Amino acid sequence: MLQIDRWKRILIIGICLLGLAYAMPNLFYKRVEAHNDAVATIEKTGVTTPELIAARDGWPGWLPSGLVNLGLDLRGGAHLLGEVQVAEVYKARMDALWPELRRALADERATLGAVRRAIAPEGVLKIEIGNADQLPRAVEIVRGFSDPVTTLSGAGQSSLDIRAEGNAVTIQLSEAEKAVTDDRTIQQSLEIVRRRVDEVGTREPTIMRQGSDRILIQVPGIGSAAELKALIGTTAKLTFNSVLGTGGDPDARVGPGQVVLPAADQEGVYYTIDDSPVVTGEELTDALPSTDQNGMPSVDFRFNPSGARKFGAYTSANVGQPFAIVLDDQVISAPVIRQAITTGSGQISGSMDFAEANRLAVLLRAGALPAELTFLEERTIGPELGQDSIDAGRVASAVGFVAVIALMVLSYGLFGVFASIALAINMGMIFGVLSMIGATLTLPGIAGIVLTIGMAVDANVLVFERIREELRTARGPARAIELGYEKAMSAIVDANITTLIIAAILFVLGSGPVKGFAVTLTIGIVTSVFTALWVTRLMTVTWFERARPRQIEV
Amino acid sequence: MAFRLKLVPDHTEFDFFRWQWLTVGISAAMMLASVVLLLLNGLNFGIDFKGGTTIRTESTQAVDVGAYREALQPLGLGDVAITEVFDPTFGPEQNVAQVRISAQEGTEAVTPETIAAVEAALQEVDSSITFPSVESVGPKVSGELIQTAIYAVLVSLAAISVYIWLRFEWQFAVGAIVSLAHDVLVTMGVFALFQIKFDLTTIAALLTIVGYSINDTVVVFDRLRENLMKYKQRPLRDLMNLSVNETLSRTVMTSGTTLVALIALLVLGGDVIRGFVFAITFGILIGTYSSVYVAKNVVLWLGVKRDWSKKTKDDASPFSGAEAP
Repeated sequence: MLQIDRWKRILIIGICLLGLAYAMPNLFYKRVEAHNDAVATIEKTGVTTPELIAARDGWPGWLPSGLVNLGLDLRGGAHLLGEVQVAEVYKARMDALWPELRRALADERATLGAVRRAIAPEGVLKIEIGNADQLPRAVEIVRGFSDPVTTLSGAGQSSLDIRAEGNAVTIQLSEAEKAVTDDRTIQQSLEIVRRRVDEVGTREPTIMRQGSDRILIQVPGIGSAAELKALIGTTAKLTFNSVLGTGGDPDARVGPGQVVLPAADQEGVYYTIDDSPVVTGEELTDALPSTDQNGMPSVDFRFNPSGARKFGAYTSANVGQPFAIVLDDQVISAPVIRQAITTGSGQISGSMDFAEANRLAVLLRAGALPAELTFLEERTIGPELGQDSIDAGRVASAVGFVAVIALMVLSYGLFGVFASIALAINMGMIFGVLSMIGATLTLPGIAGIVLTIGMAVDANVLVFERIREELRTARGPARAIELGYEKAMSAIVDANITTLIIAAILFVLGSGPVKGFAVTLTIGIVTSVFTALWVTRLMTVTWFERARPRQIEV
Repeated sequence: MAFRLKLVPDHTEFDFFRWQWLTVGISAAMMLASVVLLLLNGLNFGIDFKGGTTIRTESTQAVDVGAYREALQPLGLGDVAITEVFDPTFGPEQNVAQVRISAQEGTEAVTPETIAAVEAALQEVDSSITFPSVESVGPKVSGELIQTAIYAVLVSLAAISVYIWLRFEWQFAVGAIVSLAHDVLVTMGVFALFQIKFDLTTIAALLTIVGYSINDTVVVFDRLRENLMKYKQRPLRDLMNLSVNETLSRTVMTSGTTLVALIALLVLGGDVIRGFVFAITFGILIGTYSSVYVAKNVVLWLGVKRDWSKKTKDDASPFSGAEAP
């Protein structure tokens, strides 16, 4: 007969109350947000100001305080998809390998003959030796620089791919080593982007890896993507190189291992420098904005001990020679070494204003990106547009909701009222679950909710129509209700599983807003089946027990 | 409790196959027309799929498309499309336009200089202009997005047909797939006809249509399966009619509630998601039609094995056997 166990009743009501409790903070969005921010700030900094405490106490701590995250299209902010140029690292590795190899090979000049670097594509090191018949010996020496790669798939492979041909040894990173390097490059890039974004201190930035060599960055509340790009798009690769010549020709012919770079502040001046740096920005421990002796903005920096040692050795050996401070392939300045610098600290000055000096210091502190980041996709959404969308979505949801309720009540009377209450609970639960799992609500997500309003009643419609049919065969109202729920089940299950399949595919393949749609659709399906089947059933049964109607009309 | 809104009378005996050939003809013609439109007109791809930049402008002054165009002319950006956006939710001082610049030859990444130049040029024309959103997608990403979108649609169709095949019979799966393909194709045809912007969210809309349409189809199939077991001797055609008639009230009611909610969103939800909502709304209409006409016609042609008694598989489905005599 028509009944539901007591524990089931308690469970159903409990789940509903829980869902609604988690949804409730969203009604007081601003206040709860201020509370959450204040709690986070106090926890992070330990500082308590009257404003922070007031904000924190604006919402009782024992209540749920999870909120639905608003997506960028609703809150406004910047979205960037960057691609890390992982191949640059191959080149850097080869360029760094060359001086070491040259030293090792030069030690055996007696047998190998003259050693020189030949022109080769980027990321490839080609070394020619004088005595071609001694090539096996050269290969042996080079092999000494190769390490075994430790990965799951690349076990047994070594880090360098070495080929001998004629009088030349061609060296590049092996495929296994490239894979390992790529992974490390992306991890480093992620870390550095994260540090740079954190320095600016915006709320809840999303920084995550996407695919093999991409980074997705979403920063809510930032004015424009260009602003964000200026911060994270700069490689900030700082090197100190020896200067081999100065000239006005950007296409001057240079030997292997040398490059021509433009001066940052002087139009038409180009320096020929040695491509292998003496010291790099990785060996910096600190950087601070300051002023030089002329009162112009500059950046003070300090090397770590090993950097200081290298820099000291180089400057003492090259007194009277110029050296170049190179930032992202531009020579910021090329001072002449007046005396050996052994203190391990120095200053970068050049044409920059105080804001630029400050940004450069931030970038140097956060560290250089291991490779350049190019941007494939960028989106800026203004906060007003987002607010407009929220308002429009809110109005549309309310109107849709009322219209659906009207249709249901007109069609099914009291049962329509039950379904409408269930629908309201359903809406609350969708927000509750979204808040609980910290999911992000996007504009298509709002559409997903509105669609759910329309579709949520489907399960109820199936049941009610079925009850109507069963009533015609006149088995008494209790039996009809019971059969109605029972027999509609198979159709409800099939219909919702197919929709779930779609939602899952959208979630896996979609990105950003589409993913948000998939999330609300999925949650909507689950909560609507629950409310439509169990909540309305509970209401129906409770009503039936009280009223004991001899006949019912659906 | 006396009054009841009855969209469909209690007992209907429509012959849904009376116009069988007409409906098949209409469906086939619509699909054919869609293919032709897609080939001739093509889709109006948004930047998600074509690459390029869209800039949304908002101003207190009226939008002068001609002046905008003139201002951007000297920049030599190639194909620039400027459209004014109208929406009932806009205030009187809110004049919105959309500037779309196609992907620049030979540049993979997006150049901020171009965007800055465009913004400066537009500010010359109208000093009160603001740019509530700027979106750029490089050609590399857009290529991949197309690929992913096509996968998404195909994988969904495949997954659903497998599910239907497992739960019902293969004939039902074929019927479901044909009707889904019909819905997707015709919706795309409408997008080609009216040159509505086709972007990533449109794909989400297409998949939602697939989900909704299969929902409808499954409900009727479910009833058909039940009736096939109940009336072992009646011809398939009669049973199909019976099943559609029995579920007609539900079909109309659910489509009705969903449409009511969607129309609210279409009118009041703002212009940003209008294309998306339009696709879903249209799809629900076409999906309701196709599950009544297309899916069942296919199953009728293919026929269904009627001897259910020897099968044990269906006893596993929890509620279908409840009415067995």
